Amino acid sequence: MSARDEILSRVRDAVADVTTPPRAGTVVSSSAGAAGSGDRAEGPARDETLVLFAENVADYRATVLRTTGEKVPGVLADVLVGLGCRSVVVPTGLDPAWLSRLPDTVTTLAESEATSHRQLDAVDAVVTASSVAIAVTGTIVLDHDTGQGRRELTLVPDTHVCVVAEGDVVHDVSDAVARLRPGPGSARPLTWISGPSATSDIELQRVEGVHGPRTLVVVIVADPPVPGGATSHAAAVGEGGH
Amino acid sequence: MSPDAAGHGQAPGAGAGHAAYPPLQVTSPTFVGMPKFPKAARAELANAQQRRNLRHATHTIRDKRAQVVAEVDDWEALRVKGADAKDEALTHLADYLERLEERLTANGAVVHWARDAAEANRIVVDIVRSKEVQEVVKVKSMVTQEIELNEALEAAGVSAWETDLAELIVQLGHDRPSHILVPAIHRNRKEIRDIFLREMGQVGRPAPDDLTDDPARLAEAARLHLREKFMRARVAISGANFAVADSGTLVVVESEGNGRMCLTLPETLISVVGIEKVLPTWDDLSAMLQLLPRSSTGERMNPYTTMWTGVHEGDGPQEVHVVLLDNGRSHVLADRLGRQALRCIRCSACLNVCPVYERTGGHAYGSVYPGPIGAVLNPQLRGTASDIDRSLPYASSLCGACFDACPVRINIPELLVELRGKAVEESGPTPESAAMKAAAWVLSDPRRLATAQKAATIAGRLTRGRTIRSVPGLGAWTNARDLPSPPTETFRQWWVREHRNEDS
Repeated sequence: MSARDEILSRVRDAVADVTTPPRAGTVVSSSAGAAGSGDRAEGPARDETLVLFAENVADYRATVLRTTGEKVPGVLADVLVGLGCRSVVVPTGLDPAWLSRLPDTVTTLAESEATSHRQLDAVDAVVTASSVAIAVTGTIVLDHDTGQGRRELTLVPDTHVCVVAEGDVVHDVSDAVARLRPGPGSARPLTWISGPSATSDIELQRVEGVHGPRTLVVVIVADPPVPGGATSHAAAVGEGGH
Repeated sequence: MSPDAAGHGQAPGAGAGHAAYPPLQVTSPTFVGMPKFPKAARAELANAQQRRNLRHATHTIRDKRAQVVAEVDDWEALRVKGADAKDEALTHLADYLERLEERLTANGAVVHWARDAAEANRIVVDIVRSKEVQEVVKVKSMVTQEIELNEALEAAGVSAWETDLAELIVQLGHDRPSHILVPAIHRNRKEIRDIFLREMGQVGRPAPDDLTDDPARLAEAARLHLREKFMRARVAISGANFAVADSGTLVVVESEGNGRMCLTLPETLISVVGIEKVLPTWDDLSAMLQLLPRSSTGERMNPYTTMWTGVHEGDGPQEVHVVLLDNGRSHVLADRLGRQALRCIRCSACLNVCPVYERTGGHAYGSVYPGPIGAVLNPQLRGTASDIDRSLPYASSLCGACFDACPVRINIPELLVELRGKAVEESGPTPESAAMKAAAWVLSDPRRLATAQKAATIAGRLTRGRTIRSVPGLGAWTNARDLPSPPTETFRQWWVREHRNEDS
């Protein structure tokens, strides 16, 4: 018997006492909505979620900025220059307007031209969009689709500037898991990021920055104003401890 | 086929047709001949530096855990959800393993099956050899420690570089991990600095000469030392925290980014996954990703989690192998009560709250799985043929803190008592069991008790207040239990004497 058949036979025999059928059996995926509650809360609850997200990201010693869509290019230029970055790698499909205000002193490298790890190791920063963000844990999730780059782009450079649309901020982990559930045949790699890389391996003392980017900047962009409605977040407000 | 584990019992569920591989895990060479726990513990207890390091570390982390667990509205409901998901997977494991294999294969991964450590190591070594590399980078993984994969690779002439900071400290220090989450917990910063200065240059980029014992400087030295290895490595080896059956997704939860480096940069990725790591559905990740970080590092969320589903075209390793490993797990699964230990998600919360672990550290447990979970898991995985495994169920005060801390509600104290019962049954009549029977006989009758108490006062007069450390014939039991000298008077005698004249 093959190892496969033997192991399967063993584990079948081992639970011979169990008579209930499998919950999910060989069904492709459970129905949508099994998880997730506060996903698209509106009004004050929505604002609370956004504030909580900003607080929790900052709590993990990432820098948090809140701004509006038209101000993103200026904010990104200020951030990169302020951090002393002189080169930035640009994921395929990133909104070209976002980096339109970079000064000449900052060079850009297109994702398609970054063909080796060493090349990325020489780049100072990466700017990406994001897929989902989680308020309760201060987490951003990349699915490495358009504007987010393949995985190594947000890993090797020492600074990661991540743009989060307010509309992508969900309340809790269960909301994010529900949103990210892969459809049949369309699974994407996911990277969940909660603050800069860190270790507590030496006497349990937290040290920020080991192998991943040591500097994480999260730029939260307000939803476009509803025609006729009031805008809630105008200017860039609040910066997390750093 | 691996060597037959002679003398080991057959799993209750295993029929005659399954004698092909031993149901029990063969104790890995590192731990063969380990003395029983009390003896190993005595040596560890004498290390005052280690005890200080452990006390500081376990208390720090248990306080952090308590804080973030208190933030969650209904932690208990989450625990139940987590335990249910694992139970569902375990009680229908064959179905979910088949489903996992099907999804992995459909997404371009190659699935291998390994009955035991030797088979898993052979599979991994063969893949590594076919790539003609002299080194691999590794993500911290309990299961590859369990099977001693690094040693197997070394024997094949391949260097396996551990990339987690604590694992690096352990590897460079020619040491053994002593904790599931923070394997170098027994080392302090000065010891780590000395190890880095002495050893890094032997295997790669040396530590800077002016290295201090500041943790930030030490982490920086590790970053520089390992970066060159990440940049050039062509093969990586990992475990997985979860394997989602209905999507074929593997999940690695980490902090430093070394995991992301290994899972992303090399061309070939080999993941060794215990068969108990399966989750039935994608949605089960919801509870797990809330339970694990809060229980483990005491954070709302760990810095990095990577999820991959087979091969992702143009992103990350283009050759992905998954080795599904039994190595005694099916034996544990066959025990109706004991199978709950397979729910374990290796968070280490039980270690941090355990009064025994806090004092002895992880090395005394004779396994890569120390602490309360190790005390129940090892004797189940490996059987109780060895001194160490027979003694592990007693490495506990049964205080119950481990059960309260466990995010998947493994009733460790209940399992310990059960395993103690089995150990006693297997070892036959002993002076201890005779003493217990005698005690039961005495305590069941007030007159017998009074007589025994009077007899004890005579013994008390003989020992005169000296602490009794050992009783002839009951050596094993009394060695670990100091007994105050019996009083020279029983309570009843004292009462009668004191109240003699009060009745009138």
